[in-house]
Amino acid sequence: MTFLSNLINGISLGSVYAIIALGYTMVYGIAKMLNFAHGDVIMVGAYASYCTMIYLGWHPLLSILFSIVVCTLLGVIIEAFAYKPLRRAGSLAVLITAIGVSYLLQNVALLIWGSTPKVFTSVVNFEPLSFFGGKLTITAESIVTVLACIVIMICLTLFTQKTKIGKAMRAVSEDKDAAELMGINVNTTISITFAVGSALAAVAGVLLCSSYPTLVPTTGSMPGIKAFTAAVFGGIGSIPGAMLGGILLGIIEIFSKSYISTSLSDAIVFAVLILVLLIKPTGILGKKITEKV
Amino acid sequence: MLKVDNINVYYGKIHALKDISLEVNSGEIVALIGANGAGKSTTLKTISGLLHSKTGSITFMDENISHTEAYKLVSKGIAHVPEGRHVFLQMSVLENLEMGAYTNGRNIKDNIQNVFERFPRLKHRKNQIAGTLSGGEQQMLAMGRALMSQPKLMMMDEPSMGLAPILVEQIFDIIRDLHKAGTTILLVEQNAEMALRIADRAYVLESGEIKLSGTGSELAKSDEIKKAYLGG
Ligand SMILES: Nc1ncnc2c1ncn2[C@@H]1O[C@H](COP(=O)(O)OP(=O)(O)OP(=O)(O)O)[C@@H](O)[C@H]1O
Ligand SMILES: [Mg+2]
Repeated sequence: MTFLSNLINGISLGSVYAIIALGYTMVYGIAKMLNFAHGDVIMVGAYASYCTMIYLGWHPLLSILFSIVVCTLLGVIIEAFAYKPLRRAGSLAVLITAIGVSYLLQNVALLIWGSTPKVFTSVVNFEPLSFFGGKLTITAESIVTVLACIVIMICLTLFTQKTKIGKAMRAVSEDKDAAELMGINVNTTISITFAVGSALAAVAGVLLCSSYPTLVPTTGSMPGIKAFTAAVFGGIGSIPGAMLGGILLGIIEIFSKSYISTSLSDAIVFAVLILVLLIKPTGILGKKITEKV
Repeated sequence: MLKVDNINVYYGKIHALKDISLEVNSGEIVALIGANGAGKSTTLKTISGLLHSKTGSITFMDENISHTEAYKLVSKGIAHVPEGRHVFLQMSVLENLEMGAYTNGRNIKDNIQNVFERFPRLKHRKNQIAGTLSGGEQQMLAMGRALMSQPKLMMMDEPSMGLAPILVEQIFDIIRDLHKAGTTILLVEQNAEMALRIADRAYVLESGEIKLSGTGSELAKSDEIKKAYLGG
Protein backbone atom coordinates (compact mmCIF):
# COMPACT_ATOMS: atom_id res chain seq x y z
CA MET A 1 0.00 0.00 0.00
CA THR A 2 2.88 2.38 0.68
CA PHE A 3 4.00 1.69 -2.87
CA LEU A 4 0.68 2.86 -4.25
CA SER A 5 0.57 5.91 -2.03
CA ASN A 6 4.15 6.79 -2.99
CA LEU A 7 3.27 6.42 -6.63
CA ILE A 8 0.32 8.76 -6.25
CA ASN A 9 2.38 11.33 -4.34
CA GLY A 10 5.05 11.04 -7.01
CA ILE A 11 2.59 11.65 -9.82
CA SER A 12 1.11 14.58 -7.96
CA LEU A 13 4.47 16.24 -7.26
CA GLY A 14 5.50 15.37 -10.82
CA SER A 15 2.39 17.10 -12.13
CA VAL A 16 3.53 20.34 -10.49
CA TYR A 17 6.98 19.90 -12.03
CA ALA A 18 5.33 19.20 -15.35
CA ILE A 19 3.28 22.40 -15.27
CA ILE A 20 6.41 24.42 -14.44
CA ALA A 21 8.43 22.53 -17.04
CA LEU A 22 5.88 23.44 -19.71
CA GLY A 23 6.70 27.10 -19.12
CA TYR A 24 10.43 26.41 -19.36
CA THR A 25 10.10 24.36 -22.48
CA MET A 26 7.78 26.73 -24.34
CA VAL A 27 10.00 29.71 -23.65
CA TYR A 28 13.10 27.74 -24.56
CA GLY A 29 11.47 26.49 -27.75
CA ILE A 30 10.60 29.97 -28.88
CA ALA A 31 13.22 32.32 -27.48
CA LYS A 32 16.01 29.68 -27.30
CA MET A 33 16.78 30.88 -23.80
CA LEU A 34 16.61 29.38 -20.33
CA ASN A 35 14.45 31.64 -18.24
CA PHE A 36 15.94 30.90 -14.83
CA ALA A 37 13.57 33.44 -13.28
CA HIS A 38 10.66 31.15 -14.13
CA GLY A 39 10.83 29.42 -10.72
CA ASP A 40 10.61 32.76 -8.96
CA VAL A 41 7.52 33.72 -10.91
CA ILE A 42 5.93 30.71 -9.18
CA MET A 43 6.86 32.16 -5.82
CA VAL A 44 5.34 35.54 -6.71
CA GLY A 45 2.19 33.77 -7.84
CA ALA A 46 1.95 31.90 -4.55
CA TYR A 47 2.39 35.13 -2.54
CA ALA A 48 -0.23 36.88 -4.67
CA SER A 49 -2.70 34.13 -3.95
CA TYR A 50 -1.71 33.98 -0.26
CA CYS A 51 -2.14 37.71 0.32
CA THR A 52 -5.52 38.00 -1.34
CA MET A 53 -6.83 34.97 0.56
CA ILE A 54 -5.45 35.89 3.98
CA TYR A 55 -5.52 39.68 4.05
CA LEU A 56 -8.46 40.34 1.78
CA GLY A 57 -10.40 37.18 2.50
CA TRP A 58 -10.90 36.38 -1.19
CA HIS A 59 -12.36 33.09 -2.33
CA PRO A 60 -9.55 30.67 -3.33
CA LEU A 61 -10.68 30.56 -6.94
CA LEU A 62 -10.64 34.33 -7.18
CA SER A 63 -7.19 34.41 -5.60
CA ILE A 64 -5.95 31.91 -8.19
CA LEU A 65 -7.30 34.08 -10.99
CA PHE A 66 -5.61 37.11 -9.44
CA SER A 67 -2.36 35.20 -9.17
CA ILE A 68 -2.60 34.20 -12.84
CA VAL A 69 -3.09 37.82 -13.86
CA VAL A 70 -0.14 38.97 -11.72
CA CYS A 71 2.20 36.31 -13.09
CA THR A 72 1.14 36.84 -16.70
CA LEU A 73 1.91 40.54 -16.41
CA LEU A 74 5.14 39.82 -14.57
CA GLY A 75 6.26 37.40 -17.28
CA VAL A 76 5.52 39.87 -20.06
CA ILE A 77 7.24 42.71 -18.19
CA ILE A 78 10.36 40.62 -17.49
CA GLU A 79 10.54 39.67 -21.14
CA ALA A 80 10.07 43.24 -22.36
CA PHE A 81 12.60 44.86 -20.03
CA ALA A 82 15.21 42.20 -19.40
CA TYR A 83 15.25 39.87 -22.39
CA LYS A 84 13.95 41.76 -25.42
CA PRO A 85 16.87 44.23 -25.47
CA LEU A 86 19.18 41.19 -25.60
CA ARG A 87 17.47 39.50 -28.53
CA ARG A 88 20.59 39.70 -30.68
CA ALA A 89 23.09 39.30 -27.85
CA GLY A 90 24.98 36.12 -27.01
CA SER A 91 23.26 33.37 -25.05
CA LEU A 92 25.63 33.85 -22.12
CA ALA A 93 24.51 37.46 -21.64
CA VAL A 94 20.88 36.31 -21.63
CA LEU A 95 21.60 33.53 -19.15
CA ILE A 96 23.33 35.90 -16.73
CA THR A 97 20.44 38.35 -17.05
CA ALA A 98 17.96 35.57 -16.25
CA ILE A 99 19.90 34.67 -13.12
CA GLY A 100 19.92 38.36 -12.21
CA VAL A 101 16.16 38.62 -12.63
CA SER A 102 15.76 35.52 -10.46
CA TYR A 103 17.70 37.10 -7.59
CA LEU A 104 15.92 40.40 -8.09
CA LEU A 105 12.52 38.74 -7.65
CA GLN A 106 13.70 36.82 -4.57
CA ASN A 107 15.10 39.94 -2.95
CA VAL A 108 12.07 42.06 -3.68
CA ALA A 109 9.93 39.31 -2.16
CA LEU A 110 12.24 39.32 0.87
CA LEU A 111 11.75 43.07 1.22
CA ILE A 112 7.98 42.85 0.98
CA TRP A 113 7.21 39.65 2.86
CA GLY A 114 10.33 39.06 4.97
CA SER A 115 12.07 35.76 5.54
CA THR A 116 9.59 34.31 8.04
CA PRO A 117 7.75 31.49 6.30
CA LYS A 118 4.07 32.06 5.58
CA VAL A 119 1.79 29.10 6.05
CA PHE A 120 -0.16 28.76 2.84
CA THR A 121 -3.76 27.68 3.23
CA SER A 122 -4.68 25.07 0.70
CA VAL A 123 -6.97 26.28 -2.06
CA VAL A 124 -8.58 22.85 -2.09
CA ASN A 125 -11.06 22.21 0.67
CA PHE A 126 -12.40 18.74 0.07
CA GLU A 127 -11.85 15.79 2.38
CA PRO A 128 -9.12 13.29 1.45
CA LEU A 129 -10.35 10.14 -0.23
CA SER A 130 -9.91 6.93 1.66
CA PHE A 131 -9.56 3.47 0.13
CA PHE A 132 -9.14 -0.10 1.38
CA GLY A 133 -10.62 0.69 4.78
CA GLY A 134 -8.31 3.63 5.42
CA LYS A 135 -5.11 1.88 4.33
CA LEU A 136 -4.70 4.26 1.41
CA THR A 137 -5.57 7.93 1.55
CA ILE A 138 -5.30 10.27 -1.36
CA THR A 139 -5.38 13.95 -0.54
CA ALA A 140 -7.74 16.19 -2.44
CA GLU A 141 -4.70 18.32 -3.35
CA SER A 142 -3.13 15.39 -5.18
CA ILE A 143 -6.28 14.76 -7.16
CA VAL A 144 -6.76 18.41 -8.08
CA THR A 145 -3.09 18.77 -9.04
CA VAL A 146 -3.12 15.76 -11.34
CA LEU A 147 -6.43 16.82 -12.91
CA ALA A 148 -5.15 20.36 -13.43
CA CYS A 149 -2.07 18.98 -15.09
CA ILE A 150 -4.10 16.80 -17.46
CA VAL A 151 -6.45 19.67 -18.38
CA ILE A 152 -3.51 22.02 -18.99
CA MET A 153 -1.79 19.44 -21.16
CA ILE A 154 -4.88 18.93 -23.31
CA CYS A 155 -5.57 22.66 -23.65
CA LEU A 156 -1.97 23.44 -24.51
CA THR A 157 -1.79 20.70 -27.12
CA LEU A 158 -4.99 21.92 -28.76
CA PHE A 159 -3.72 25.49 -28.56
CA THR A 160 -0.42 24.78 -30.31
CA GLN A 161 -1.85 22.36 -32.86
CA LYS A 162 -5.11 24.03 -33.80
CA THR A 163 -5.07 27.78 -33.18
CA LYS A 164 -3.49 30.37 -35.41
CA ILE A 165 -1.40 31.86 -32.59
CA GLY A 166 -0.35 28.39 -31.47
CA LYS A 167 0.80 27.50 -34.96
CA ALA A 168 2.63 30.81 -35.21
CA MET A 169 4.44 29.89 -31.99
CA ARG A 170 5.58 26.61 -33.51
CA ALA A 171 6.71 28.45 -36.63
CA VAL A 172 8.71 30.96 -34.59
CA SER A 173 10.26 28.22 -32.50
CA GLU A 174 11.46 26.47 -35.65
CA ASP A 175 12.71 29.38 -37.68
CA LYS A 176 12.37 33.01 -36.64
CA ASP A 177 13.35 34.57 -39.95
CA ALA A 178 11.07 32.31 -41.96
CA ALA A 179 8.23 33.04 -39.53
CA GLU A 180 8.83 36.76 -39.95
CA LEU A 181 8.68 36.30 -43.73
CA MET A 182 5.23 34.74 -43.32
CA GLY A 183 4.03 37.98 -41.73
CA ILE A 184 4.23 36.72 -38.15
CA ASN A 185 5.22 39.36 -35.61
CA VAL A 186 7.97 37.43 -33.85
CA ASN A 187 8.27 39.81 -30.89
CA THR A 188 4.57 39.63 -30.10
CA THR A 189 4.64 35.86 -30.39
CA ILE A 190 7.51 35.67 -27.91
CA SER A 191 5.60 37.92 -25.48
CA ILE A 192 2.54 35.69 -25.75
CA THR A 193 4.67 32.66 -24.98
CA PHE A 194 6.03 34.32 -21.84
CA ALA A 195 2.45 35.22 -20.87
CA VAL A 196 1.24 31.63 -21.26
CA GLY A 197 4.27 30.15 -19.47
CA SER A 198 3.91 32.58 -16.57
CA ALA A 199 0.18 31.97 -16.25
CA LEU A 200 1.02 28.28 -15.88
CA ALA A 201 3.64 29.19 -13.28
CA ALA A 202 0.91 30.86 -11.20
CA VAL A 203 -1.18 27.70 -11.27
CA ALA A 204 1.87 25.63 -10.38
CA GLY A 205 2.71 27.94 -7.47
CA VAL A 206 -0.74 27.70 -5.94
CA LEU A 207 -0.86 23.91 -6.36
CA LEU A 208 2.65 23.44 -5.01
CA CYS A 209 1.97 25.50 -1.90
CA SER A 210 -1.36 23.78 -1.35
CA SER A 211 0.48 20.47 -0.99
CA TYR A 212 3.67 21.85 0.61
CA PRO A 213 2.43 24.90 2.53
CA THR A 214 5.67 26.64 3.55
CA LEU A 215 6.01 29.84 1.57
CA VAL A 216 9.30 31.76 1.62
CA PRO A 217 10.99 33.96 -1.02
CA THR A 218 13.08 31.00 -2.21
CA THR A 219 10.11 28.66 -2.50
CA GLY A 220 10.23 28.68 -6.27
CA SER A 221 13.89 28.14 -6.85
CA MET A 222 14.32 24.40 -6.16
CA PRO A 223 11.09 23.37 -7.93
CA GLY A 224 12.17 25.67 -10.75
CA ILE A 225 15.51 23.92 -11.13
CA LYS A 226 13.85 20.52 -10.92
CA ALA A 227 11.27 21.48 -13.51
CA PHE A 228 14.07 22.68 -15.76
CA THR A 229 15.68 19.29 -15.23
CA ALA A 230 12.36 17.67 -16.09
CA ALA A 231 12.13 19.69 -19.29
CA VAL A 232 15.64 18.62 -20.35
CA PHE A 233 14.91 15.06 -19.25
CA GLY A 234 11.83 14.87 -21.48
CA GLY A 235 13.47 16.72 -24.35
CA ILE A 236 13.64 20.51 -24.11
CA GLY A 237 11.30 22.26 -26.51
CA SER A 238 8.83 19.37 -26.51
CA ILE A 239 5.48 19.81 -24.73
CA PRO A 240 4.74 16.11 -24.18
CA GLY A 241 8.39 15.77 -23.19
CA ALA A 242 7.99 18.32 -20.40
CA MET A 243 4.93 16.48 -19.20
CA LEU A 244 6.58 13.08 -19.20
CA GLY A 245 9.81 14.43 -17.73
CA GLY A 246 7.98 16.19 -14.92
CA ILE A 247 5.95 13.19 -13.88
CA LEU A 248 8.91 10.79 -14.07
CA LEU A 249 10.98 13.20 -12.03
CA GLY A 250 8.29 13.47 -9.35
CA ILE A 251 8.01 9.69 -9.13
CA ILE A 252 11.78 9.20 -8.95
CA GLU A 253 12.06 11.85 -6.24
CA ILE A 254 9.32 10.43 -4.02
CA PHE A 255 10.54 6.86 -4.45
CA SER A 256 14.13 7.69 -3.62
CA LYS A 257 12.95 9.66 -0.60
CA SER A 258 10.95 6.79 0.72
CA TYR A 259 13.10 3.78 -0.24
CA ILE A 260 16.66 5.12 -0.35
CA SER A 261 17.32 8.32 1.54
CA THR A 262 15.64 11.66 2.02
CA SER A 263 18.88 13.59 1.92
CA LEU A 264 20.10 11.83 -1.22
CA SER A 265 16.88 12.15 -3.19
CA ASP A 266 17.92 15.29 -5.06
CA ALA A 267 21.29 13.80 -5.93
CA ILE A 268 19.54 10.72 -7.29
CA VAL A 269 17.18 12.85 -9.38
CA PHE A 270 20.10 14.63 -11.02
CA ALA A 271 22.07 11.41 -11.45
CA VAL A 272 19.16 9.97 -13.43
CA LEU A 273 19.12 13.11 -15.57
CA ILE A 274 22.81 12.73 -16.36
CA LEU A 275 22.33 9.07 -17.20
CA VAL A 276 19.45 9.82 -19.57
CA LEU A 277 21.41 12.57 -21.29
CA LEU A 278 24.41 10.28 -21.73
CA ILE A 279 22.25 7.69 -23.45
CA LYS A 280 20.00 10.12 -25.35
CA PRO A 281 21.44 13.66 -25.44
CA THR A 282 18.20 15.15 -26.77
CA GLY A 283 16.15 13.84 -23.84
CA ILE A 284 13.46 11.17 -23.94
CA LEU A 285 11.17 12.78 -26.53
CA GLY A 286 13.60 15.31 -27.98
CA LYS A 287 14.22 15.11 -31.69
CA LYS A 288 16.36 16.69 -34.27
CA ILE A 289 15.33 17.06 -37.88
CA THR A 290 17.87 18.53 -40.22
CA GLU A 291 17.35 20.58 -43.30
CA LYS A 292 17.89 18.84 -46.62
CA VAL A 293 20.38 20.45 -48.93
CA MET B 1 7.10 48.84 -58.47
CA LEU B 2 10.29 48.41 -56.43
CA LYS B 3 13.04 50.97 -56.30
CA VAL B 4 16.22 50.42 -54.34
CA ASP B 5 18.20 53.60 -54.10
CA ASN B 6 21.84 53.72 -53.00
CA ILE B 7 21.56 51.39 -50.03
CA ASN B 8 24.47 50.53 -47.76
CA VAL B 9 24.15 47.50 -45.55
CA TYR B 10 26.56 46.36 -42.86
CA TYR B 11 27.03 43.23 -40.78
CA GLY B 12 28.77 44.82 -37.84
CA LYS B 13 31.87 46.28 -39.45
CA ILE B 14 31.54 44.30 -42.70
CA HIS B 15 30.27 46.56 -45.45
CA ALA B 16 28.17 44.02 -47.38
CA LEU B 17 26.27 46.26 -49.81
CA LYS B 18 27.87 49.39 -51.23
CA ASP B 19 25.55 51.96 -52.80
CA ILE B 20 23.33 49.40 -54.44
CA SER B 21 20.57 50.75 -56.67
CA LEU B 22 18.16 48.67 -58.66
CA GLU B 23 14.66 48.77 -59.97
CA VAL B 24 11.96 46.23 -60.68
CA ASN B 25 9.03 47.29 -62.81
CA SER B 26 5.59 45.79 -62.60
CA GLY B 27 5.36 42.59 -64.66
CA GLU B 28 9.10 42.05 -65.06
CA ILE B 29 11.40 39.19 -64.24
CA VAL B 30 14.60 40.71 -62.97
CA ALA B 31 17.62 38.54 -62.23
CA LEU B 32 20.39 39.29 -59.76
CA ILE B 33 23.50 37.27 -60.43
CA GLY B 34 26.97 37.15 -58.96
CA ALA B 35 29.56 34.95 -57.32
CA ASN B 36 29.39 33.48 -53.81
CA GLY B 37 29.49 36.20 -51.20
CA ALA B 38 28.70 38.99 -53.66
CA GLY B 39 25.78 40.17 -51.56
CA LYS B 40 22.78 38.75 -53.42
CA SER B 41 21.05 37.27 -50.40
CA THR B 42 21.84 40.36 -48.38
CA THR B 43 20.08 42.46 -51.01
CA LEU B 44 16.93 40.35 -50.84
CA LYS B 45 16.97 40.31 -47.04
CA THR B 46 17.21 44.07 -46.99
CA ILE B 47 14.27 44.46 -49.36
CA SER B 48 12.13 42.06 -47.34
CA GLY B 49 13.00 43.87 -44.11
CA LEU B 50 15.01 41.16 -42.36
CA LEU B 51 17.96 43.56 -42.56
CA HIS B 52 17.91 47.33 -42.74
CA SER B 53 20.15 49.63 -44.68
CA LYS B 54 22.18 52.31 -42.95
CA THR B 55 21.74 54.84 -45.73
CA GLY B 56 19.71 54.95 -48.93
CA SER B 57 16.08 54.08 -49.40
CA ILE B 58 13.77 51.34 -50.63
CA THR B 59 10.43 52.25 -52.17
CA PHE B 60 7.71 49.72 -52.91
CA MET B 61 4.51 50.81 -54.68
CA ASP B 62 5.36 54.44 -53.95
CA GLU B 63 5.80 53.81 -50.24
CA ASN B 64 9.09 54.16 -48.42
CA ILE B 65 9.70 50.79 -46.75
CA SER B 66 13.32 51.31 -45.72
CA HIS B 67 12.50 51.00 -42.04
CA THR B 68 9.45 48.75 -42.19
CA GLU B 69 9.71 45.48 -40.29
CA ALA B 70 9.66 42.29 -42.32
CA TYR B 71 6.37 40.95 -40.97
CA LYS B 72 4.53 44.08 -42.12
CA LEU B 73 5.77 43.79 -45.70
CA VAL B 74 4.02 40.49 -46.40
CA SER B 75 0.58 42.05 -46.43
CA LYS B 76 1.90 44.88 -48.59
CA GLY B 77 2.63 42.30 -51.28
CA ILE B 78 6.27 41.23 -50.93
CA ALA B 79 7.07 37.54 -50.61
CA HIS B 80 10.61 36.25 -50.10
CA VAL B 81 11.52 32.62 -50.73
CA PRO B 82 14.77 32.43 -48.78
CA GLU B 83 17.98 30.71 -49.77
CA GLY B 84 17.95 27.16 -48.44
CA ARG B 85 14.13 27.01 -48.47
CA HIS B 86 13.55 27.38 -44.75
CA VAL B 87 10.29 25.48 -44.75
CA PHE B 88 8.97 24.58 -41.29
CA LEU B 89 10.42 21.10 -41.05
CA GLN B 90 8.30 19.84 -38.19
CA MET B 91 5.05 20.99 -39.71
CA SER B 92 3.00 19.24 -42.36
CA VAL B 93 2.86 20.48 -45.94
CA LEU B 94 -0.63 21.82 -45.31
CA GLU B 95 0.42 23.64 -42.15
CA ASN B 96 3.33 25.22 -44.01
CA LEU B 97 0.90 26.55 -46.59
CA GLU B 98 -1.36 27.85 -43.81
CA MET B 99 1.61 29.74 -42.37
CA GLY B 100 2.13 31.29 -45.79
CA ALA B 101 -1.45 32.55 -45.57
CA TYR B 102 -0.92 34.02 -42.11
CA THR B 103 -1.81 37.54 -43.25
CA ASN B 104 -4.16 36.46 -46.02
CA GLY B 105 -6.86 34.23 -44.57
CA ARG B 106 -9.64 35.11 -46.99
CA ASN B 107 -9.12 32.86 -49.99
CA ILE B 108 -7.12 30.26 -48.18
CA LYS B 109 -8.98 27.23 -49.63
CA ASP B 110 -8.73 28.50 -53.23
CA ASN B 111 -5.10 29.44 -52.76
CA ILE B 112 -4.24 25.99 -51.45
CA GLN B 113 -5.99 24.49 -54.49
CA ASN B 114 -3.99 26.76 -56.78
CA VAL B 115 -0.73 25.75 -55.14
CA PHE B 116 -1.66 22.07 -55.47
CA GLU B 117 -2.47 22.58 -59.14
CA ARG B 118 0.89 24.17 -59.70
CA PHE B 119 2.73 21.59 -57.60
CA PRO B 120 0.82 18.30 -57.83
CA ARG B 121 3.57 16.54 -55.90
CA LEU B 122 2.68 18.58 -52.84
CA LYS B 123 -0.97 17.55 -53.04
CA HIS B 124 -0.11 13.88 -52.63
CA ARG B 125 2.04 14.73 -49.65
CA LYS B 126 -0.16 17.30 -47.98
CA ASN B 127 -0.16 15.60 -44.59
CA GLN B 128 3.49 14.64 -44.72
CA ILE B 129 5.92 16.42 -42.39
CA ALA B 130 8.02 18.87 -44.40
CA GLY B 131 11.26 17.52 -42.91
CA THR B 132 10.69 14.24 -44.73
CA LEU B 133 10.25 15.81 -48.19
CA SER B 134 13.00 15.64 -50.77
CA GLY B 135 15.05 18.75 -51.48
CA GLY B 136 13.09 19.49 -54.65
CA GLU B 137 9.77 19.04 -52.89
CA GLN B 138 10.90 21.35 -50.12
CA GLN B 139 11.74 23.98 -52.73
CA MET B 140 8.28 23.60 -54.25
CA LEU B 141 6.77 23.93 -50.78
CA ALA B 142 8.78 27.07 -50.09
CA MET B 143 7.52 28.59 -53.33
CA GLY B 144 3.95 27.42 -52.73
CA ARG B 145 4.05 28.82 -49.22
CA ALA B 146 5.14 32.21 -50.53
CA LEU B 147 2.34 32.17 -53.11
CA MET B 148 -0.25 31.79 -50.35
CA SER B 149 0.04 35.50 -49.55
CA GLN B 150 -0.81 36.31 -53.20
CA PRO B 151 2.26 38.52 -53.54
CA LYS B 152 2.68 41.31 -56.04
CA LEU B 153 6.45 40.88 -55.94
CA MET B 154 7.98 37.47 -55.41
CA MET B 155 11.68 37.32 -54.57
CA MET B 156 13.41 33.97 -54.90
CA ASP B 157 16.90 33.23 -53.61
CA GLU B 158 18.59 30.44 -55.58
CA PRO B 159 15.55 28.25 -56.12
CA SER B 160 17.61 25.82 -58.21
CA MET B 161 20.25 25.22 -55.56
CA GLY B 162 21.15 21.57 -55.13
CA LEU B 163 18.53 20.27 -57.54
CA ALA B 164 18.95 17.77 -60.36
CA PRO B 165 18.93 19.34 -63.86
CA ILE B 166 15.45 18.07 -64.66
CA LEU B 167 14.07 19.64 -61.50
CA VAL B 168 15.87 22.89 -62.26
CA GLU B 169 14.03 22.97 -65.60
CA GLN B 170 10.76 22.38 -63.78
CA ILE B 171 11.40 25.15 -61.29
CA PHE B 172 12.22 27.59 -64.09
CA ASP B 173 9.06 26.56 -65.94
CA ILE B 174 7.08 27.34 -62.83
CA ILE B 175 8.75 30.73 -62.50
CA ARG B 176 7.79 31.46 -66.11
CA ASP B 177 4.21 30.41 -65.41
CA LEU B 178 4.01 32.61 -62.35
CA HIS B 179 5.29 35.49 -64.39
CA LYS B 180 2.70 34.86 -67.10
CA ALA B 181 0.02 34.86 -64.42
CA GLY B 182 1.05 38.41 -63.56
CA THR B 183 3.50 38.08 -60.68
CA THR B 184 6.54 40.33 -60.74
CA ILE B 185 9.71 38.41 -59.97
CA LEU B 186 13.12 39.24 -58.56
CA LEU B 187 15.30 36.18 -58.99
CA VAL B 188 18.70 35.52 -57.44
CA GLU B 189 20.62 32.76 -59.17
CA GLN B 190 24.03 31.15 -59.36
CA ASN B 191 22.83 29.49 -62.52
CA ALA B 192 23.47 32.63 -64.58
CA GLU B 193 22.75 31.04 -67.92
CA MET B 194 19.23 29.93 -67.06
CA ALA B 195 18.52 33.12 -65.14
CA LEU B 196 19.56 35.35 -68.04
CA ARG B 197 17.45 33.29 -70.42
CA ILE B 198 14.19 34.02 -68.61
CA ALA B 199 14.97 37.48 -67.25
CA ASP B 200 13.76 40.71 -68.85
CA ARG B 201 16.62 42.52 -67.17
CA ALA B 202 19.48 41.58 -64.92
CA TYR B 203 22.00 43.06 -62.53
CA VAL B 204 25.44 41.65 -61.85
CA LEU B 205 26.67 41.99 -58.31
CA GLU B 206 30.34 41.79 -57.36
CA SER B 207 31.75 42.29 -53.86
CA GLY B 208 28.71 44.24 -52.75
CA GLU B 209 28.56 46.52 -55.78
CA ILE B 210 26.48 46.52 -58.96
CA LYS B 211 29.00 45.78 -61.66
CA LEU B 212 26.76 45.60 -64.74
CA SER B 213 23.14 45.79 -65.70
CA GLY B 214 21.12 45.37 -68.87
CA THR B 215 18.54 43.22 -70.55
CA GLY B 216 18.91 39.48 -70.14
CA SER B 217 19.98 38.89 -73.73
CA GLU B 218 22.47 41.78 -73.71
CA LEU B 219 24.19 40.44 -70.63
CA ALA B 220 24.15 36.88 -71.94
CA LYS B 221 26.14 38.10 -74.94
CA SER B 222 28.58 40.26 -72.97
CA ASP B 223 32.14 38.94 -72.95
CA GLU B 224 32.66 39.84 -69.33
CA ILE B 225 29.67 37.78 -68.25
CA LYS B 226 30.63 34.90 -70.51
CA LYS B 227 34.04 34.72 -68.96
CA ALA B 228 32.99 35.11 -65.34
CA TYR B 229 29.69 33.25 -65.12
CA LEU B 230 28.95 31.25 -68.23
CA GLY B 231 32.16 29.25 -68.49
CA GLY B 232 33.81 31.11 -71.37
N1 LIG C 1 25.20 37.13 -40.80
C1 LIG C 1 26.33 37.61 -41.34
N2 LIG C 1 27.30 38.11 -40.57
C2 LIG C 1 28.44 38.61 -41.12
N3 LIG C 1 28.71 38.63 -42.42
C3 LIG C 1 27.77 38.14 -43.24
C4 LIG C 1 26.53 37.58 -42.75
N4 LIG C 1 25.82 37.17 -43.81
C5 LIG C 1 26.56 37.44 -44.90
N5 LIG C 1 27.73 38.01 -44.57
C6 LIG C 1 28.77 38.45 -45.51
O1 LIG C 1 28.21 39.37 -46.42
C7 LIG C 1 28.67 39.11 -47.73
C8 LIG C 1 27.51 38.88 -48.67
O2 LIG C 1 26.82 37.69 -48.30
P1 LIG C 1 25.54 37.15 -49.06
O3 LIG C 1 24.99 36.02 -48.28
O4 LIG C 1 24.64 38.27 -49.37
O5 LIG C 1 26.18 36.60 -50.42
P2 LIG C 1 25.50 35.86 -51.63
O6 LIG C 1 25.78 36.68 -52.83
O7 LIG C 1 24.10 35.55 -51.34
O8 LIG C 1 26.35 34.53 -51.73
P3 LIG C 1 25.91 33.02 -52.08
O9 LIG C 1 25.84 32.94 -53.55
O10 LIG C 1 27.01 32.19 -51.54
O11 LIG C 1 24.60 32.77 -51.42
C9 LIG C 1 29.61 37.92 -47.63
O12 LIG C 1 30.92 38.40 -47.62
C10 LIG C 1 29.27 37.28 -46.32
O13 LIG C 1 30.40 36.71 -45.73
MG1 LIG D 1 23.06 33.87 -51.03
